[in-house]
Amino acid sequence: MQHIISLLMENESGALSRVAGLFSARGYNIESLTVAATEDASLSRMTIVTSGSNEIIEQINKQLNKLIDVVKLVDITANGEHIERELMLIKVQADNSEKREEVKRQADIFHGRILDVTDTTYIIELTGEGSKLDAFIAAIDASDILETVRSGATGITRGETCLRL
Amino acid sequence: MELSGDDIVTQFLKDEGVEYVFGYPGGAVLHIYDALFRQDAVKHILVRHEQGATHAADGYARSTGKPGVVLVTSGPGATNAVTGIATAYLDSIPLVVLTGQVTSAFIGSDAFQEVDSVGITRPCVKHNFLVKDVKDLAITLKKAFYVATTGRPGPVVVDIPKDITDPNIKIPYEYPESIELRSYHPVVEVKSSQVEKAVDALLSAKRPMIYSGGGAVLSNSSNELRTFVRQLGYPITQTLMGLGAYPEPDPLNVGMLGMHGTYEANLAMHECDVLLAVGARFDDRVTGEIKQFCPNATVIHIDIDPSSVSKNVHVDIPIIGDVKQVLIELSNAITASKRKPDTKALKTWWKQINEWSSKDCLRYDRNSALIKPQFVLEKLYEVTGGDAFITSDVGQHQMFTAQFYKFDEPRRWINSGGLGTMGFGLPAAIGTQLGNPDATVACVTGEASIQMCIQELATAFQYSTPIKVINLNNRYMGMVRQWQEFFYESRYSHSYVEALPDFVKLAEAYGHVGMLIEKPEDVEGALKEAFAMKDRLVFMDFITDQKENVYPMIAAGKGHHEMHERELA
Ligand SMILES: Cc1ncc(C[n+]2csc(CCOP(=O)(O)OP(=O)(O)O)c2C)c(N)n1
Ligand SMILES: [Mg+2]
Repeated sequence: MQHIISLLMENESGALSRVAGLFSARGYNIESLTVAATEDASLSRMTIVTSGSNEIIEQINKQLNKLIDVVKLVDITANGEHIERELMLIKVQADNSEKREEVKRQADIFHGRILDVTDTTYIIELTGEGSKLDAFIAAIDASDILETVRSGATGITRGETCLRL
Repeated sequence: MELSGDDIVTQFLKDEGVEYVFGYPGGAVLHIYDALFRQDAVKHILVRHEQGATHAADGYARSTGKPGVVLVTSGPGATNAVTGIATAYLDSIPLVVLTGQVTSAFIGSDAFQEVDSVGITRPCVKHNFLVKDVKDLAITLKKAFYVATTGRPGPVVVDIPKDITDPNIKIPYEYPESIELRSYHPVVEVKSSQVEKAVDALLSAKRPMIYSGGGAVLSNSSNELRTFVRQLGYPITQTLMGLGAYPEPDPLNVGMLGMHGTYEANLAMHECDVLLAVGARFDDRVTGEIKQFCPNATVIHIDIDPSSVSKNVHVDIPIIGDVKQVLIELSNAITASKRKPDTKALKTWWKQINEWSSKDCLRYDRNSALIKPQFVLEKLYEVTGGDAFITSDVGQHQMFTAQFYKFDEPRRWINSGGLGTMGFGLPAAIGTQLGNPDATVACVTGEASIQMCIQELATAFQYSTPIKVINLNNRYMGMVRQWQEFFYESRYSHSYVEALPDFVKLAEAYGHVGMLIEKPEDVEGALKEAFAMKDRLVFMDFITDQKENVYPMIAAGKGHHEMHERELA
């Protein structure tokens, strides 16, 4: 099953490679990984989307916790309700009015925003859960997709439970 | 006090109480070497290869319980140290390895002797650091010692660019007495609810088994383990890494378990209904085929490292904590409990175990005209009175030593169990001897292994470490040959050790005493003679039976009940 793991780590050089190295060395799946500094400049927050059996997910959590630079960790998926968001920018072929209509219509349905328009292309911005972005891609004619870029998922637990020091 | 980075390194080591640094100089650490020259509090041991430095520091650490310290230069110095770092990592040995690095400004430019030491060592260290500012040097060194020696111990690398140790840049220095890391909390409180569950399971057992590993040694829990096991009267088996924490011989000790463990230990594992693992990690050489491992047992596991729990084998009752602390709490809870072990069931269980033991699974041909390796080890045990530190290399000789030398104290059996590093034995013996100057130290090795770090004979001469090298010379990479005999229809592909040196002359060339022993009747006398030479390294070349095998053996992928046994006429 897919899990989203969020963690706070010391904002040290090499911190990212410790996590990436752990996943490759132990043969764990890594579907996406995002990292950026937090409001506290000494900490980075990382979101990892991974999948595996319960035993493997348990090991992943333990192994991540064992990294000396990891300050705190939460398996968002295993911790009740949460919000998951991913950003996608997608460039599609829009070189005739029929296609322009159709892409615009789909973008509206998915609450996307058209960020850039040329005679032949549109760039659409979309945020949502990964599955929503997948659905948008499926809704567009595959041969019209010129380029996609996805941020990888980030997530946060609902309510008062927080991942903080 | 105002100090430059090079002096901070040596002053810090002194303040930290470091006795020895095992090292080898080179460009990136020359400032530090100059600082070493200016002081005499910290003694430097010059090895002949950086791998030797790491193994020597490792032997020092294993035998004394104190962290081993290594100093090597950048590039090839660091890469040569990697094997020893990985060796320490897999056996959770506290090492602090200082690697020189090119000057900060050159990092990333493929400068002379530049490698990414932090990157290369990352997967085989507990943690590593690159020092970026001389102001961080002392605190980083403190962190390194703290991380290496607390929790589940392990090697820590500190990569120090040359400019950080510039003798011309002085900053205020104060020894950091203590340190806290917000991301690292090695002390965990033992959950009493888990202790209760464990006691309940232990006292309900009909066929209990205690399986103890390296964690019992590392946590200095030998006394607590002895008290606990004797309190219950339950059988105990130990892993290759655990030998000595519980003494041998002892009526409750059924010997080592695993691939070359005893018949009784492995069968008792297979048949037990409650298994208590004490600081052991369910390594594949111990468990055999996981699907067949302890099929009927409720598993209790004491470990300081949560990631060890349920990694390979599902654990029913985990107890996270320091082994020593947990054993004390278990003992107290058992004493306080109204329940007692089920003596009737225990009697039946011991009867069964004793029946298995009566098979005498370690028997071998005592009438052989050739020297049997087992015979040498039995005599080594007798001649040393069981009172020696024994290091080993990797192969049959290692397994024979584990089977035949009876360790009755922890930290006496020094071997590379996790990584299985040939070349470990001799340098580890040097570190062991330095850490225990008055003790008897022997290195049991094979003619293949010894050649991997043979150059350390020079180090041993320079520092007058009177080690006794027991070379069980079977002219084969015996362990490889054994697998080829069993699993490759005796096709001995490249496992014959050809063009062997004359070890006696070689030892003599290094300034030591060499002895050649070719007949069983000479073994005991030769050992007595060698061990009587208290101040000399004696290299004993025993020409042993070429085709001897280690029994019992569980083939990889088989269960504990599927042992190969020796057939004797
Ligand atoms: C560095 C290294 N290379 C290869 C091996 C694989 N290996 C394990 S045992 C062994 C043979 C050891 O031969 P020897 O030292 O003569 O010991 P024996 O088994 O004959 O007692 C080899 C090659 C290893 N463990 N370590
Ligand atoms: Mg050999």
